[in-house]
Amino acid sequence: MGRFAIFVSGLLFGSGLAISGMVNPMKVLNFLDPAGAWDPTLIFVMAGGLIVTLLGYRLAFARSRPFAADVFSLPQSRTIDAKLIGGSALFGLGWGLSGLCPGPAIAGLVFGRIESVAFVAAMAAGYVATRMIAASTPRVAAEG
Amino acid sequence: MLATEFAPLAGLIGGILIGLSAAVLMAFNGRVAGASGIFGGLFTLNWGYEFRWRLVFVIGMLAGAAWSGLLFFDSSAMAFSGNLPTIAAAGLLVGAGTCLGSGCTSGHGICGLARLSKRSLAATCTFMAVAIVTVFVTRHMSGV
Repeated sequence: MGRFAIFVSGLLFGSGLAISGMVNPMKVLNFLDPAGAWDPTLIFVMAGGLIVTLLGYRLAFARSRPFAADVFSLPQSRTIDAKLIGGSALFGLGWGLSGLCPGPAIAGLVFGRIESVAFVAAMAAGYVATRMIAASTPRVAAEG
Repeated sequence: MLATEFAPLAGLIGGILIGLSAAVLMAFNGRVAGASGIFGGLFTLNWGYEFRWRLVFVIGMLAGAAWSGLLFFDSSAMAFSGNLPTIAAAGLLVGAGTCLGSGCTSGHGICGLARLSKRSLAATCTFMAVAIVTVFVTRHMSGV
């Protein structure tokens, strides 16, 4: 059951990203451009996603444990530090340059565009290199 | 810059599917549906459970986008901005930034906000603001 639920969750995620048009980077860039060809669709994606997740999490956390796992694995860190803000700023810069963030970029691979492949390959390299550097630097490795 | 059509209904439906995805993954598997962490976890030499559930999720994502592309999303409308080197540089930034910042649009922007996490709120405000400024600079201040 656990593996099937994971597949269904991935299926819903990929479907939602495609149906909402978020896999199209131009649509995301136009959302990020209120001074230009503004397309507010992303607000509706975020709103729909947030409301359903909020309600869904309430139902999920009403149980003492997940249906197909022993525990809820939730992020434990509560500190807002330079790593969180700096990392998010770097992400925002890359997102604003390309209109691509990890979910839509990965889902968009199925449409076979060379730009998607280049982005996802570079994203993997950036992620892995950063993780290796963080692991060898005790000061920033605290959070794992 | 290419105009895209404001599609609130498609956005809302897509958002609801993304929310259902997050709810299913938490209720059954106790996991946060964050694309960057799931993707980053694929790059490991330990192909145990932590690797396999992420792989199943990503396969589901690709399948979801593929079937939606057949019925609901016109992939020929997909438009990228910038040349390949720029897109790859953006991918590097997104990979590094989401690793340092522990999340992206889905992990912080949907799942984290739905858990009322202050860290995720700080991260989401940061990457949104930086992305909007980046788009403003590239589209309206550099004469592109």
